[in-house]
Amino acid sequence: VSRRVRVNPIACEAHGMCAELLPERITLDEWGYPIVDGRRLDGELLEHARMAAKSCPVFAVLVEEE
Amino acid sequence: MNAPPAGLPRLLTGIDPDGPLSLQSHVHVHGPLPHLPRARRRSSPLIEELERAGLLGRGGAGFPAANKLRAVIAARGRPIVLVNGVEAEPLSEKDRALLERLPHLVLDGAVLSAAAVGADEVIVAVRESLGYAAESVERAIGERDGITLTLAVVPDAYLAGQETALASYLSGGQLRPTFTPPRPAQQGVDRRPTLVNNVETLAHVALIARHGAGWFRALGTEQQPGSGLVTVAGAVRRPGVYEIAYGSPLRGLLDAAGGVSEPVQGVLVGGYAGAWLAAERIASTALDDASLAAAGAAMLAGVIFVLAERACAVRETAELAGWMASQSSRQCGPCVHGLDALAGEIAAVAEGYGARQPALRRIDRLASLTAGRGACGHPDGAVNALLSALRTFAPQFEQHARHGACAACARPGELVLPSWRLPEPLGGRARVS
Repeated sequence: VSRRVRVNPIACEAHGMCAELLPERITLDEWGYPIVDGRRLDGELLEHARMAAKSCPVFAVLVEEE
Repeated sequence: MNAPPAGLPRLLTGIDPDGPLSLQSHVHVHGPLPHLPRARRRSSPLIEELERAGLLGRGGAGFPAANKLRAVIAARGRPIVLVNGVEAEPLSEKDRALLERLPHLVLDGAVLSAAAVGADEVIVAVRESLGYAAESVERAIGERDGITLTLAVVPDAYLAGQETALASYLSGGQLRPTFTPPRPAQQGVDRRPTLVNNVETLAHVALIARHGAGWFRALGTEQQPGSGLVTVAGAVRRPGVYEIAYGSPLRGLLDAAGGVSEPVQGVLVGGYAGAWLAAERIASTALDDASLAAAGAAMLAGVIFVLAERACAVRETAELAGWMASQSSRQCGPCVHGLDALAGEIAAVAEGYGARQPALRRIDRLASLTAGRGACGHPDGAVNALLSALRTFAPQFEQHARHGACAACARPGELVLPSWRLPEPLGGRARVS
């Protein structure tokens, strides 16, 4: 299975933790909301993505399988 | 069995300008509801026929109708059918026309779809301002026996017809889009698998069930078969709802609408999330998505708005951008901030503030930051319409950036921009039996 990071934009409140924990896939726009790169996650990046998901105060970061 | 209509009209056959067709008149025109065998586990004869017909949804997204029915069958739970008659695209009148004049055609499609997915209940959702349509549906429901049909009236808002917002509202939640998945087909009204279909889509279902896929495909294009309803608005002599074969010329439709009533600047195709065509393109434009794609346009909700030469395209664009921002459900950061910022930039260009190039670069950047980043397609649609206006009316924008407001700016706007506000986040189940 390949996994990708996704953000629930309704839940997101622009805390910005995800961009610090997963800068390879998430950057912030000028308002502080995440711009997500949906390429697949492997190895260490997958670990970082899971950490970002766990650390989001509003649980807006999702690691999705497809 | 009544002979199927050859050519056009199909849906609009037998329409009575004085009022809705009674059940008796409807059966006289189209014949009785055909009996189709019940749903099996994974499919049904109706779904297979819709698949062969290649029927695409007519609410704007153009999703294959058969796939939606299949998704509902595949989901766990007791299915329900939700007829989307919200028609919140401000210039569109086609769904209203069907509900007001031909309610039984729509209800036939809903009842047949319900049988195909094994649903025992149908909700018909109509927007608050469409009072006469609601009355007509209520009267039509009273004439029919069989499965439970309920009318629901929903508040006026651009996103009221967005299927997740509608399903949320009818479940007692907010009239705002929700994050997907789950899609309504999986978990919709009251978390039940919900078949949400546009009014016109269901009217086509009623005819395909009677006359078959081969008949349906006799009009339209290979990729976009059949006929479709369009609403012609703006600078034509006879604005209104027309039935076309997909792939037919835009010029022919405008002629059918009495021709343009004055010199024309451009045409907005689809609706407020659609794309503008310059007047010079009218002669070479065909009305189907594959042909329109070259111009970045699509049929969407079927609105064709003709903008008069004397109007200010820049002012119309600025007002539309502001209105689309006002219709955000204000849940997703990029949509809230992006659409507000874009509306501000366009308003500044319209007034002639600042040099053109920096303003346009900022608009491009904001557009790419805004599109594709909401839970629903609203920011994408708003950006699409805005960017197409900038391309199509480039000389007019140039003029404004240099010289500020023009003489035409003072005229009242041509686009209809209703003062809708989303209801406070207190959902309510507004069903009328």
